[in-house]
Amino acid sequence: MKDFNYHSAKDSKEASKLASSSSAFLAGGMTTIPSMKLGLATYKDLIDIKNIKKLSGIKVSGKSVTIGAATKHVEVSNSKDVKKAIPSLSSLAEGIGDPQVRNRGTIGGSIANNDPSADYPSACIALNATIHTNERKIEAAKFFKGMFETALKKGELIEAIEFQIPEKSSYQKHPNPASRYAIVGVYVAKHKGDVNVAVTGAKSCVYNDKEMSKALSGNFSSSSIDGMDLDSSEMNADMHASAEFRASLVVTQAKKAVDAC
Amino acid sequence: MIKSSWVKILIKGEIMGKISLEVNGRKVEKEASDNTLLSTFLREHLQLTGTHIGCDTSQCGACVVHVDGNSLKSCTALAADVNGSKITTIEGLETNGKMHPMQEAFKKLHGLQCGFCTPGMVMSAVDLLQKNKKPSDTEIRDWLEGNICRCTGYQNIVAAVKEAATKM
Repeated sequence: MKDFNYHSAKDSKEASKLASSSSAFLAGGMTTIPSMKLGLATYKDLIDIKNIKKLSGIKVSGKSVTIGAATKHVEVSNSKDVKKAIPSLSSLAEGIGDPQVRNRGTIGGSIANNDPSADYPSACIALNATIHTNERKIEAAKFFKGMFETALKKGELIEAIEFQIPEKSSYQKHPNPASRYAIVGVYVAKHKGDVNVAVTGAKSCVYNDKEMSKALSGNFSSSSIDGMDLDSSEMNADMHASAEFRASLVVTQAKKAVDAC
Repeated sequence: MIKSSWVKILIKGEIMGKISLEVNGRKVEKEASDNTLLSTFLREHLQLTGTHIGCDTSQCGACVVHVDGNSLKSCTALAADVNGSKITTIEGLETNGKMHPMQEAFKKLHGLQCGFCTPGMVMSAVDLLQKNKKPSDTEIRDWLEGNICRCTGYQNIVAAVKEAATKM
């Protein structure tokens, strides 16, 4: 791994002051460190934000669950409050990576990285999340811009993610048989007015499937999306799954999610 | 726990930081460059070579150690990043020359063949039993998802973890 300077920031202010065009924030490091080891990413400065107390913790109010950016997956999956308010969010966290990744990886790191197969971005879209940064609030629908790309500006730090508590919700994924990441993951959430069907793994970036959302908003039953023929032209294709298979998996997982709601 | 502050010093023209850890109950202080991985620090700076490097891409789990009581892949953490923590490696499991019940169970039930993955398997399994005293077969298999063994086919590993659960 190439050399860099490690800094541990005391607070958000110090963290953003240290940030430059050749720096990265370090939370759990579950993606940052492997990417740097493989030479896929190089930074002059790594700014550790784990020790900023304000960034960790879970708060539940009547309408929302707010999770600090440096909160670990294991803390989300073990939280009684999250389990009660949004059980699907707790089970999503329980299914990320392996126990060692969950002991270290953070929610803020996951969404800042915006891996096309990451689980958390789908929760943000499905649960109408608001991303709180040190500068502003960003709606999830405007946050995820493309493959590994977000609306975050250089030096902008995610502080917390606020999820809207839905009436019903479920996250279902078809994991890669070896690595267990989501080949396709679908997060269905039924809110008062409408239904969100957030899809991860299928395209270059997480998205809300409008066609299925519309069908399920009319009739919240898996029969209303049964056999739906989704356009596969923009879907990912690799040795694990063709675009057509992914399109079919999206419907299958969405149906499973609706049935599990 | 109060994390030690990160102090930089210049040694032989290289900027190094001072790492203070408690490793297997012993306080250690060593200089290391900022890009030193925890696995490298343990193996090369402390000569604790029981922690293995298998894949070096966070998949195989041969490098699992405990940091402040939780299992972690030491090839995916910086030494600087865990500064001030308590670390337990495979070398820290025995007491007075007597193997840990998990090590005994792996030996008794042939939970290993070549043994390369075993330190990580054992450290991961010990963490499981800290959190779940009587895990089912499925729970053991789920927990060991991040530990790859290419010899045993896992059957005897699962049996060993179950055996250890009766002894711990």
